[in-house]
Amino acid sequence: MKEKLIEAVLLGLALTAILSLFVITAFILQAGLPLLISYGPWRFLTGLTWAPTEGEFGILPMLVGSLWVTVGALLFGVPLGLAVAIFAAEYAPSWAAVAMRPAIQLLAGIPSVIYGFIGLKILVPLIRDNLGGPGLSVLAGSLVLAVMILPNVIAISEDAIRAVPQTYRDGALALGATHWQTIWRVVLPAARSGIVAAIVLSMGRAVGETMAVIMLVGNSLRLPISPLDPATTLTSNIGLEMGYASGAHRQALFATGIVLFVLIMALNSLASLFRRRPASA
Amino acid sequence: MGGGDCCFLPHGPARSQRAIASLRCLLQLTLLVGIVLVTTACGARQAGDQIVLAGSTSVEPFAELLAEHYMAEHPEAPTINVQGGGSTAGIEAAISHTADIGMSSRQLKEAEKALGLEVQVIAYDAIAVVVHPENPVDALTTEQVRAIFAGEIRNWREVGGENRPITVVTREEGSGTRGAFQELVMGESRITPLALRQDSNGAVRVIVSTDRAAIGYMSLGIVSNVVKPLALDGIVPSARAAVEGQYRLVRPFLFVWLGQLRPAAKAFVDYVLSPPAQAILAGEGLIPAVGG
Repeated sequence: MKEKLIEAVLLGLALTAILSLFVITAFILQAGLPLLISYGPWRFLTGLTWAPTEGEFGILPMLVGSLWVTVGALLFGVPLGLAVAIFAAEYAPSWAAVAMRPAIQLLAGIPSVIYGFIGLKILVPLIRDNLGGPGLSVLAGSLVLAVMILPNVIAISEDAIRAVPQTYRDGALALGATHWQTIWRVVLPAARSGIVAAIVLSMGRAVGETMAVIMLVGNSLRLPISPLDPATTLTSNIGLEMGYASGAHRQALFATGIVLFVLIMALNSLASLFRRRPASA
Repeated sequence: MGGGDCCFLPHGPARSQRAIASLRCLLQLTLLVGIVLVTTACGARQAGDQIVLAGSTSVEPFAELLAEHYMAEHPEAPTINVQGGGSTAGIEAAISHTADIGMSSRQLKEAEKALGLEVQVIAYDAIAVVVHPENPVDALTTEQVRAIFAGEIRNWREVGGENRPITVVTREEGSGTRGAFQELVMGESRITPLALRQDSNGAVRVIVSTDRAAIGYMSLGIVSNVVKPLALDGIVPSARAAVEGQYRLVRPFLFVWLGQLRPAAKAFVDYVLSPPAQAILAGEGLIPAVGG
């Protein structure tokens, strides 16, 4: 009896979660689709000018901004995260690996506004004084996002590395490979799908991050070319303008939300595709 | 966004561990729901009748201040609830009656006027053009400011400053301060897409106070010694210069509502326009709307 009750409650909660997904999807579509269609999806995606009060809604600079910031974050974050994961899974004594995990998880628990604030106070002046430009830039956003995606990269790729059967390692070592050769030639290739999943999921996180990015990228509307240029991302523009937007402007922000939604859905599906594929030698 | 998960499951723990974790998760959830229910129940008891003001974040701090004074002097009056959201949202809230009074820091647009909103100016606020304190430039003409924000002048050297590219800082589209700046300074010109966009007076101040090449604009009441206000066409911005009509960059702070105000809300509006309330606003650096 009690068992049945708990089951029913859990089922109800699970359904609520799924329902909320549908409600959110329906709401975004209903709010953004009319403008996307009347303005023209192609014109919306490739337009260079965003002047909402004058009826111009081109989001190309933001698409490019999101792309640059994300690529930058991966460029800094993935090698670092992968190195930590390899160390934790292959080299670290067990006590060290045990100590590292909560520390890295703690990194994930820091609110993004704090990351943004630290970046604004430390990184931005550093970039402005040493590299030039206004400091608020793609580079500043990328560096802070790189730290923010670290927990993701580390946790998932460490699991993937640990999941590689011990027999693979034993075999390689028996053939005379050094520890590093074993890792580089046997373990990492075997863990490849998990590592790719980690990268793709981190991409989703980087594309979706809003608060820290608003504080660091400067939010200017020109197409960013150099890493020192300020930029706007899809999320930062929504976050910046939502409070004041009305009418077609508001619809255009929801349309931006649709683009973002599709992008992140695609990344997540891609990640689960990679994760489901079994490790193959 | 930051990790909002109620519990972070370590990857691949033993089954029993996972069961414990999910149980803990469930407990936390129940606790959370309980807390939310209790607090909303308490809130509902207290709220009863209240006057809601919503809108411009420029007007919000002043409305809050006046609401505090008013409630202290009139303990019998209903609670006055002041919310932000921006000028546009405030006007919308007044139209939809989700707020008794909408607050705006810009003039109404034609479409908004056509709905027959009642408009009451509660004070005027000057907008200051500000630069870094160490910037040698002290004064510009309105035309120079326009050209800088339009992206036509790009180096401080062109207006008598150092050889340094100008970092233009603006507010986001829809902000009342930006709306007023656009109307009073830019006219038909568009603000350059190179401009950094920030979503509050405070954020603009942070950037201008740390970047020697920056120029921005903000409510005069928010200018402090971390930034330097520029004289415009020879007039140093001050509440006095604005009252006397010499300083042109002035915008109204508005209360708007649709139809008849409830008596309790009407009483608050009357209070805001009374000499003591106007004196409080003047003390905060605004220009009184009545009797100044």
